[in-house]
Amino acid sequence: MPDATGLELLAGELRDADPDCVLDTLYFRDKARIAIAPDRARDVLQFLRGKGFTFLASVHGLDYYPEEPRLGVQYELLNMRDVDRITVTLRVPTDAPEVPSVTPDWPTANHQEREIFDMFGVVFTGHPDLRRILMPEDYEGHPQRRDFPVGGEPVLFTHQQAHGVDYTVGVDRIHPGSGTPS
Amino acid sequence: MEVIRQDPADFRARGIRARDALRGDLEGADLEKYVEERVLTTTLDKALNWARGNAIFPATFGLACCAIEMMTLVAGHVDIARFGAEAFRGSPRQSDLMIISGRISIKMAPIVRRIYDQMLEPKWAIAMGACSSSMGVFNNYAIVPADKFMPVDVHVPGCPPRPEAVMHGILKLRQMIQDDPAMGWRDRYAARGTEEVVGDPAAFPTAVNVLRPEEADGA
Repeated sequence: MPDATGLELLAGELRDADPDCVLDTLYFRDKARIAIAPDRARDVLQFLRGKGFTFLASVHGLDYYPEEPRLGVQYELLNMRDVDRITVTLRVPTDAPEVPSVTPDWPTANHQEREIFDMFGVVFTGHPDLRRILMPEDYEGHPQRRDFPVGGEPVLFTHQQAHGVDYTVGVDRIHPGSGTPS
Repeated sequence: MEVIRQDPADFRARGIRARDALRGDLEGADLEKYVEERVLTTTLDKALNWARGNAIFPATFGLACCAIEMMTLVAGHVDIARFGAEAFRGSPRQSDLMIISGRISIKMAPIVRRIYDQMLEPKWAIAMGACSSSMGVFNNYAIVPADKFMPVDVHVPGCPPRPEAVMHGILKLRQMIQDDPAMGWRDRYAARGTEEVVGDPAAFPTAVNVLRPEEADGA
């Protein structure tokens, strides 16, 4: 792991290369994290690759509802020579969820970006084949977003019947007071 | 049907009479009695259903974790071969029972329905486990219960059901086949004549799934 000082040095070098690319740094529980501007994703990852982080371990999608901007993409990089890890995160709003694809540089990102597109609706510009990977092609909506209803079939179990519990709550209706939109 | 009990002491006499019958020496009342004792009459339908119920050919078709329990059915401990259902067939065309062993995603459902349609009549389906009946722990946007897109004869609950429970389900199905109950479930699900047929559609006016020969991909 780059320690807190190493993280700041790395962020400083990134700022020297491009003054607007680093938005924030966070060192928390021995884990270094850099928040970047979404349109600089490809450049930042290429810069870090030059610093020895040659392995893109995984790409994640996140939904920070109700914070704005809501959607997040997170890249986990690994420096295999020094056994260092660093997390690169970015945030995009739902009305313009566009992130440059890193698939041309990191072929492993291909399916992971497709899954993030499928589940969260983040559009990766420049991706060679951006279509759904898990859900059917004609599926509507992005099911891992937090405002997506859980769905399914309401099932009336005996204990719900005995206690008069509304068994449709949580499936096609939200829990009262949970704060999640319907 | 009346069952005629024989005194064991008669065995030798019966043996001699059987030899006479084979030689054609039995006549009159003796022949009548011989035939009455040895011939069992029934209807063709009943005999067919008896044979069908005791020779079920399940499809080799596993969907999820329940499939592991389904495989145990043919192993020595439960040994479904005792009831004639041990020959899992690799092609839906050769099988007459589909054990829906696991959760079905909405992406998988059309494929499962197609395999069911490819099975020839008479055919049956067992929904094994909670997921294929009520969606169980995967009750969410991605999963669909089997009842929604195909007719199911027997539901076996459990997560997953023990092999004994599936065996019980198969025995219940055997009883249903042999009793041939007019339960009307197939008509309720519009599940008659849904086999997939290859040929000229004009030749199969009542069939639902008719593929032209050029459309059939050998599946």
